[in-house]
Amino acid sequence: MIEFASLSPAVQATVLLVVVLVEAVALYAGYGVVERAVAPPLIETIENA
Amino acid sequence: MEPLGLSLGLLALFVAFGFMVGVFFGFFGMGGSFLVTPALLILGYPAPVAIGSSMAFVFGTAVIATMKHHDVGEVDYKLGALMFVGIALGIEAGKVLVYGLEAIGRAELVVGTAYVLLLAAIGGLFVRSALRTGSEVTDDSSGDGNEEEIPEIATKIKSYNLPPMVTLADGSKASMWTISGVGGGVGVVSGFLGVGGGFIRMPAIYYLVGVPLAAAVGTSLFGALMSGAVGAFTYGLDGVVDLGVVTGLLAGSALGARIGSAATAYVDEDDVTIYFGVMLLLASFAVALGEFATWLEMPILDTMSFVLLVGSSAFVTVVIFYYGAQAVRTNDIDPTATARGDD
Repeated sequence: MIEFASLSPAVQATVLLVVVLVEAVALYAGYGVVERAVAPPLIETIENA
Repeated sequence: MEPLGLSLGLLALFVAFGFMVGVFFGFFGMGGSFLVTPALLILGYPAPVAIGSSMAFVFGTAVIATMKHHDVGEVDYKLGALMFVGIALGIEAGKVLVYGLEAIGRAELVVGTAYVLLLAAIGGLFVRSALRTGSEVTDDSSGDGNEEEIPEIATKIKSYNLPPMVTLADGSKASMWTISGVGGGVGVVSGFLGVGGGFIRMPAIYYLVGVPLAAAVGTSLFGALMSGAVGAFTYGLDGVVDLGVVTGLLAGSALGARIGSAATAYVDEDDVTIYFGVMLLLASFAVALGEFATWLEMPILDTMSFVLLVGSSAFVTVVIFYYGAQAVRTNDIDPTATARGDD
């Protein structure tokens, strides 16, 4: 559970949304970099297997 | 060591399950949320925690899908915004229903039973669709593919001028009552089950509001974003959203959705639809087993239920990868394939 006991429920819920939003954007961007680096050699490896 | 308040094993489990859910989401364009709440219920999370965490997960996946579609999707933002009030009120009503059932100790039973029926219905539709595709000759001239056309029922509904009427992005008019009804109805389902609701919102926007198919898909995605945000906020107010669970699931699903989406260029959906349908039927059975486990006080049924849910999901993921690898080897690529993960 989120433990922001000192904050009001509305602030806690808003912080939750912001955290999930930031996580989603970071994951989207991060995996995009990984995909561009890993996908071409991986597909080539499967083609040659 | 318990990162994000979860044991390492449980965190790895959520990442792995999120990955599989992401593959389905990217490949089939659905399945992003209606597997999560049942899995959390089977793991013993209280219904409000399972639903609230699932809503936060829906919000995260909708953000990712929106970024993926922002320059190709056709979205009627005005309609989406007009639906907001209905969605918000619907989700609040769904939440009140969950807490009402929780107060009398019946939330897990009722939500679980609703999932048994929902998964069985969607699984049955997928299996039927797969069997029909296998037995019928495809007729491209059936006239089903015009994305600018709207169905007859929508035209009839639009003909009733029930004020206030609003003008949509395509210039047509729709009653605010219809728009609010669609938003509210889908909101209740979202708030009660913890799902994005795209599997009913998209058809509702198309058949009831009368938005052309291409815009209905994008607008439904925008609706999922709002449903997820409102649902996560509403349940977040009560502090029942488990951020560790959401983070683990998102970490896996963001990667899985990329792979599932890429697989659409290699794998013919008709080859794997039957497996997905059977998996949903097994998931329905798994949730039912979970309910019996509680009712009969037999923990072994809970274990069987979880193994069945995760095992069938893993099997379908492997099937998609297998077909994908086969297509890559034979260089069988469909250049017309587009990314999924609509909702």
